[in-house]
Amino acid sequence: MSAPSALLSVTGLSVRFRMRGNRYIQAVSDVSFDLAAGECLALVGESGCGKSVLASALLGLLPGNAQLRGGALLGGGEQLHDGAQPEPGAFEARDAVDLIGADERTMAGTVRGRRIGLIPQSPAAHLSPVRTVRAQLEETVRELTGTPRREVRAAALAAAGRAAFPAGHLDHYPHQLSGGLAQRAATALALVADAPLLIADEPTTGLDRELVEHTVTELRRHVDDGRALLMITHDLAAAERIADRVAVMYAGRVVELAPGRDFFGGPGPRHPYAHGLRAALPERDFVPIPGMPPELGALPAGCAFAPRCTRTEEACAQTPELVDGTACHFPLTAGAPAVVGAPSTAAAPEGDDR
Amino acid sequence: MTGSTPAPAAAPGGPSRAATTPPALELRRITAGYQRGKPVVEDMTLTVGPGEAVALFGPSGCGKSTLARVAALLHEPWAGSVLLDGEPARGWRHRAPRAQRTKVGVVFQQPRLAADPRLTLSRLIAEPLRANGRGEEAARRGGELAEAVGLDAELLARRPHEVSDGQLQRACLARALALRPRLLVCDEMTAMLDASTTAALVAVVEAYRAENGAALLAVGHDRTLLERWCDRTVEQGGHW
Ligand code: SF4
Repeated sequence: MSAPSALLSVTGLSVRFRMRGNRYIQAVSDVSFDLAAGECLALVGESGCGKSVLASALLGLLPGNAQLRGGALLGGGEQLHDGAQPEPGAFEARDAVDLIGADERTMAGTVRGRRIGLIPQSPAAHLSPVRTVRAQLEETVRELTGTPRREVRAAALAAAGRAAFPAGHLDHYPHQLSGGLAQRAATALALVADAPLLIADEPTTGLDRELVEHTVTELRRHVDDGRALLMITHDLAAAERIADRVAVMYAGRVVELAPGRDFFGGPGPRHPYAHGLRAALPERDFVPIPGMPPELGALPAGCAFAPRCTRTEEACAQTPELVDGTACHFPLTAGAPAVVGAPSTAAAPEGDDR
Repeated sequence: MTGSTPAPAAAPGGPSRAATTPPALELRRITAGYQRGKPVVEDMTLTVGPGEAVALFGPSGCGKSTLARVAALLHEPWAGSVLLDGEPARGWRHRAPRAQRTKVGVVFQQPRLAADPRLTLSRLIAEPLRANGRGEEAARRGGELAEAVGLDAELLARRPHEVSDGQLQRACLARALALRPRLLVCDEMTAMLDASTTAALVAVVEAYRAENGAALLAVGHDRTLLERWCDRTVEQGGHW
């Protein structure tokens, strides 16, 4: 199977929120990336870096004071069942839609759940506590697919199967499920309409290692089935296990976009923030990046990482573009010594008189 | 979950110190739960030596958070005893004697559930001082703590919904340290945080412990983190 064109193509996406007193919060700035069928992109960064706002923008779930620019083209995704017998409920080729320009009727009626499946952070919050898993799956099948009445039960069962949710537990209520099974139930709901794009929002937060492994393995299986997966996470270890590519967000911008292999393996991240984030892992240096990210309501001019960066020079007063996978005027080169997190006078530029 | 843990090795103060100083925390044969007949912790024994950092590691649902709440005097066990600095616990929650309650500082996984949304971060941090009639220390001690966790004046004036999870968790850690506890219980303190904020908060805990000789019970599921952080790791059984 080949996927010549991107299933999702995000270009120059910016989101800001208008606040009282004519203030703005610039949550996402000029983000561009492509995501192909059969690929997983992990969007990593700390809380408040804009990654969840980005996901909400793609799903059309932003509040009324959000102002958007740029585009996010979702293609038909017709490659998914290339050559295979179409399953009942399988999506058909559809027209491309710009998720950013689409109105709520389009998003609610044809996109959310149908073309984009959302795997929520907290399955408990996504499942109704008063109805069995089967009832919720069947309702979602009726809502999202044109499945004839007498086939609904089978379609719900099939969706459960796709998420490896055991048929024997379908008549359980959410509170009777372990964390792992609740996660699978929520995933099954996201898979009901066989959406070609999945967005998983912090799917591993708070899960123990074993459950992280399960969740990651199952998500990966959906990718290998031909779905595209955008995984939003702060958990680098989970990203390492699943992602084909990693996008690091800082203060609303993608500052590094690299193949997972390079990011976690040999060469390592080249942006000083991404480098520092990886180095902070307990299996590495376990040293924090000094300071905290800037407020999205008061972003500095130029590179937003400059106040925390040890490589800052005059040029950093200009916002660096994402070139070659790194948005930095002075990216690290492979094998360079760690400079972030270890205050070093040697890294201060000559003649810096601030 | 059933099972007990091996007796602890001597605390890192050296055998002579361990011999004279009682453990910071002893949990003896604790059985606890929420629903009658369904204990989530059964016959569990755990000791944290003076100044020692012990990690309690295990999958979700194994009862480790319940044990953390028992250790912090927030949940009364059905059976077994809890000793703080060698003294048996004499009550739980608001009925715990002040001298015992203030010996333990606790930080939970979800700062938003643990913080009063009406308080500014500076009030939040100083809350334990005020609650214990030491409001006059609030400005000085609060300032010290805010600096230790890296919160500036501007952030301190905000309320929880105006800061990020990481910033709020910094405030919750500062609050836990306000009364200079002898034992710090961190229940999944960093589970929602990125790698850099995690390393920063662990560094704050370790700086506090180095200065005050306090002990630590860190509860979590991330083995790599806990092994890097603590002197000793105790594994809880369980199934997901
Ligand atoms: S070197 Fe300059 S552009 Fe690169 S991260 Fe540091 S401050 Fe930003």
